[in-house]
Amino acid sequence: MTAIQAESFRRTPLFALHRELGAKMVPFAGYEMPVQYPAGILAEHLHTRGFAGLFDVSHMGQALLVGSGAAAALETLVPGEIQGLAVGAMRYTLFTTPTGGILDDFMVTNAGDHLFVVVNAACKTQDFAHLNKFLRGRCEIVELADKALLALQGPAAAAIMARLAPDSAELRFLTGAAMAVGGISCFVTRSGYTGEDGFEISLPAEAAEKLARRLLAEPEVKPVGLGARDSLRLEAGLCLYGHDINATTTPVEAGLAWTIGKRRRVEGGFAGSEIILRQLTAGVSRRRIGIAPEGRAPARENTPITDRGGRRIGTVTSGGYGPTVEAPLAMGYVETESAAVGTAVQLVVRDVPRPAQVVALPFVKPHYVKG
Amino acid sequence: MSDIRFTEDHEWIGMDGDIATVGITDYAQQQLGDVVYVELPEAGRKVTKGGDAAIVESVKAASEVYAPVDGEVTEANAALSGNPALVNSAPMGEGWFFKIRVSDKKQVAALMTEAAYKTFIAGLK
Repeated sequence: MTAIQAESFRRTPLFALHRELGAKMVPFAGYEMPVQYPAGILAEHLHTRGFAGLFDVSHMGQALLVGSGAAAALETLVPGEIQGLAVGAMRYTLFTTPTGGILDDFMVTNAGDHLFVVVNAACKTQDFAHLNKFLRGRCEIVELADKALLALQGPAAAAIMARLAPDSAELRFLTGAAMAVGGISCFVTRSGYTGEDGFEISLPAEAAEKLARRLLAEPEVKPVGLGARDSLRLEAGLCLYGHDINATTTPVEAGLAWTIGKRRRVEGGFAGSEIILRQLTAGVSRRRIGIAPEGRAPARENTPITDRGGRRIGTVTSGGYGPTVEAPLAMGYVETESAAVGTAVQLVVRDVPRPAQVVALPFVKPHYVKG
Repeated sequence: MSDIRFTEDHEWIGMDGDIATVGITDYAQQQLGDVVYVELPEAGRKVTKGGDAAIVESVKAASEVYAPVDGEVTEANAALSGNPALVNSAPMGEGWFFKIRVSDKKQVAALMTEAAYKTFIAGLK
């Protein structure tokens, strides 16, 4: 029974390498993925913040939107400014629902003659169906099922990439370009989801293991699994789709109003725009916040949040331990009246209310290298 | 503590007179990964065999630690609040969780020996 279930999980091109490196493999978004290597989540997290971590994110969905109308067409589905993206510029944006919720968060890059999108693994089937349903006829949608995706993250990432791909030195945070990396044709963006400087490298699946081994041979690089990827993004205050944002949370509630382009605020014209733009002026009844527990007990997803009087005011959507801040930390939604930084709240962990405070996000200062 | 016994939930219990020391096994700490928080029972609390006694949290998740036998907690390992990583580095030593006054020593004798536990975890892999 177990063997049959295991067979049904998909594998990335780096599966054999993960095994060789001693990874603990777990099911994630339909794939068998490395949650950690023998070093463990704490060491992998700290290594990424101190040096460089290599992540296999090949399970994520990659696609091209080709055609002169692609940017205008995509704007009907997202609140971001896409038509104004300069060649080489990358943006974080959201697929919204007609009721103002979020279908997925993703990255889009203007690659010159096409848009390059990278979406969450767990949402990719639905996202590509969504694109096909609404954009068919306005642009060509090309799924890149034969591409792998590697992320190199950390303060040493730029120096490492400069050795293998001198052109990468030209990139600034949220820009991308096609270039050879170690002799392999790749599309490289200076981006990531850890709060560190770093790169994401899209490349042919068959070349992925070769480049991964090449990067791992650099003295500063260690492999990092999904466990540390989660603690890194949580410290960086970044949302995890399906947890911190979903079809019932709006961009305004989620604190992602900054993703709504200036022109888009005036013109609207994206799914759910009436509701979302109204919320920009009228406000919302709940907000995503950062939470610092005062004690040492981590508060996990779904932990109830109350005021200091015990009245329920919200729920934790992501929570755990931050290896860099050396303390538990969480994100969640609370009633807007309780969302101000410094508000005293309680986290009800195992039926015991424990004092905590609303804090500003992110928990760690990001180290993006901006232009 | 010459005779250490083991549970299927990966706790160990070592007798010293009427008092037993309880912790989690090396196998358990490996499965959990880096321990970042431990919540221990207070002295005087009555625990029952198989009932909740403590919580151990790794970066990823919280797990329950059960009492291997009936008894009354006499002491919790205060060192774990400041240094929960002791559970990883010395699960069978400094990383012990709590001590209990055992109600019925026959319950201890009925648990797995080290050899039996080794066979048990070999079957889990």
